[in-house]
Amino acid sequence: MLESKPSRVLLFLGALGYLFLYIPIAILILYSFNESRVNVGWVGFTLKWYKVLFTDKQLMIAALNSLIIAVISSVVSVILGTLAGVALNRYKVPFLSILVMIPIAAPELLVGVSLLLFFLMINFTLGLVSIILAHTAFCISFVAIAVKTRMHGMDNSIIDAARDLGANRFQAFYLVLIPSILPGIIAGGLMAFTLSIDDFVITFFTAGVGSSTLPLTIYSMLKIGVTPEINAISTMMIIITIILTAIATKISPQLFR
Amino acid sequence: MKKLNQIAEKNLLSIPPIIYLTFLFLVPTIIMVIVSFREPGAYGGVAPLITHINNKSHLNMNLESFKFAVFNKFIWELLFRSFCFSILSTIICLFIGYPIAMLIAKSPKKYRDLLLLLIIIPFWSCFLIRVYAWMIILGPQSAISYIVNYVLVLLGFSPVNLLYTSAAVVICLVYINLPFMVLPLYANLEKHDDTLIEASRDLGASKFESFWKITIPLSLPGILAGSALVFIPCIGMFVVPELVGNNCSFMIGNLIKQQFLQTMNWPLGSVTSIIMTLGVLGVTLMVAVLVSRLGGLKYARE
Repeated sequence: MLESKPSRVLLFLGALGYLFLYIPIAILILYSFNESRVNVGWVGFTLKWYKVLFTDKQLMIAALNSLIIAVISSVVSVILGTLAGVALNRYKVPFLSILVMIPIAAPELLVGVSLLLFFLMINFTLGLVSIILAHTAFCISFVAIAVKTRMHGMDNSIIDAARDLGANRFQAFYLVLIPSILPGIIAGGLMAFTLSIDDFVITFFTAGVGSSTLPLTIYSMLKIGVTPEINAISTMMIIITIILTAIATKISPQLFR
Repeated sequence: MKKLNQIAEKNLLSIPPIIYLTFLFLVPTIIMVIVSFREPGAYGGVAPLITHINNKSHLNMNLESFKFAVFNKFIWELLFRSFCFSILSTIICLFIGYPIAMLIAKSPKKYRDLLLLLIIIPFWSCFLIRVYAWMIILGPQSAISYIVNYVLVLLGFSPVNLLYTSAAVVICLVYINLPFMVLPLYANLEKHDDTLIEASRDLGASKFESFWKITIPLSLPGILAGSALVFIPCIGMFVVPELVGNNCSFMIGNLIKQQFLQTMNWPLGSVTSIIMTLGVLGVTLMVAVLVSRLGGLKYARE
């Protein structure tokens, strides 16, 4: 059979689609290296906007917050998400599978607002802890799906074999199952980290007044106007996302199918 | 004995995540439903559940907020606008996303992973950044703005502002959610059997006919999944109208945000959120039923 090749029309339309996706990002990155204060016309190459970022104390605190939140919520969600993923793959747990679908199927605004209401009604102080609790919740879902996808093609009999050969339940879990699904777990963890560091809506509602993260800082900068500093910080966040996503897909390609 | 062990293992695995997710997703939703029946407090929040007046206990639960919302023209106007913007964005996403998904599906295997990765990367980056990119592009001093206004003035119209319009809102909604459309469409198109197209072509169908009568109907599940995935997040968007829209492009999400953070009327905010959710569910179900009926009809005819 002939290998089907995309026709010229398809190639053209598809290429236009990719241009639509990438030209705005390219322009944004380009202007982060522009000498001019306004994002208009090319004046000259500079790195000064990046230097400005690293001297901005507020921004550095926000970046540190984002990092702390992302690390803790991805670690916790990897543990709980792996349990959930294995449970979903090996047993029928309809209640759990509904819970896991919520952050994927429900509008983010709804999740954010209901979490805000929840924290306020139980008199929980909004801040880093409430953000971490909320991020962990939606990250669990993504890790669970990553792990479940990884286990999909796996031969479950290796666990039975380990048990037959004298491993106890926990040994079979830690020494056989976990190593064989490790790529899925790592990919899920990277996804969780990326989601957490880039999340705006849920953070916005659960942050309260005192604590800020990178996306929250970008949001308040955007309300004032367009500046090259935002381009620089955006460029750095895009680069982090590209690296993490690329690693995640490399480790566990079936994740994105 | 083995059965018992299996149940123990199942519980050991599933109970920790179930507890966590129940507290962080289910309980908040239930609280929201309860709050929607309560009275707004005098200084924001909710009024005490039970008040004692003249030694009589009075339960502060009622349908007042629902009544207020149902007869409030403003809420329905915003909801209608949100649906219009979201449906329009979904349709545009479908038109842009379909060729992309098809291009990936028809590309040689070695390029597919890269092409897919290129769709996924913007999808994982912060959406504020992607809105910001369009704020630069549509800004009053941008090249596009300059060209459009140059042409408009030449044709005798007065110049317009591209940013801070409803059009800018729709463009950003499309841009942010496009990957949601491409991924499920690709997953569907990839499974198509090329021999069907070949057969139809051998039997005399034109390229367009075989696309319209075979590829499109077969990809309906992908179209449906993609549309739902684009439509649902669009509805609740409040940042986009805030950053690139004007007073006439506010959506239901802006109202909900305002009710919770500015006017602090939690019951009304909860009611509005519930109405929005029911609306989303309604449309999604309607489309699902419609498509399954259409599919059924098609098979019945053949």
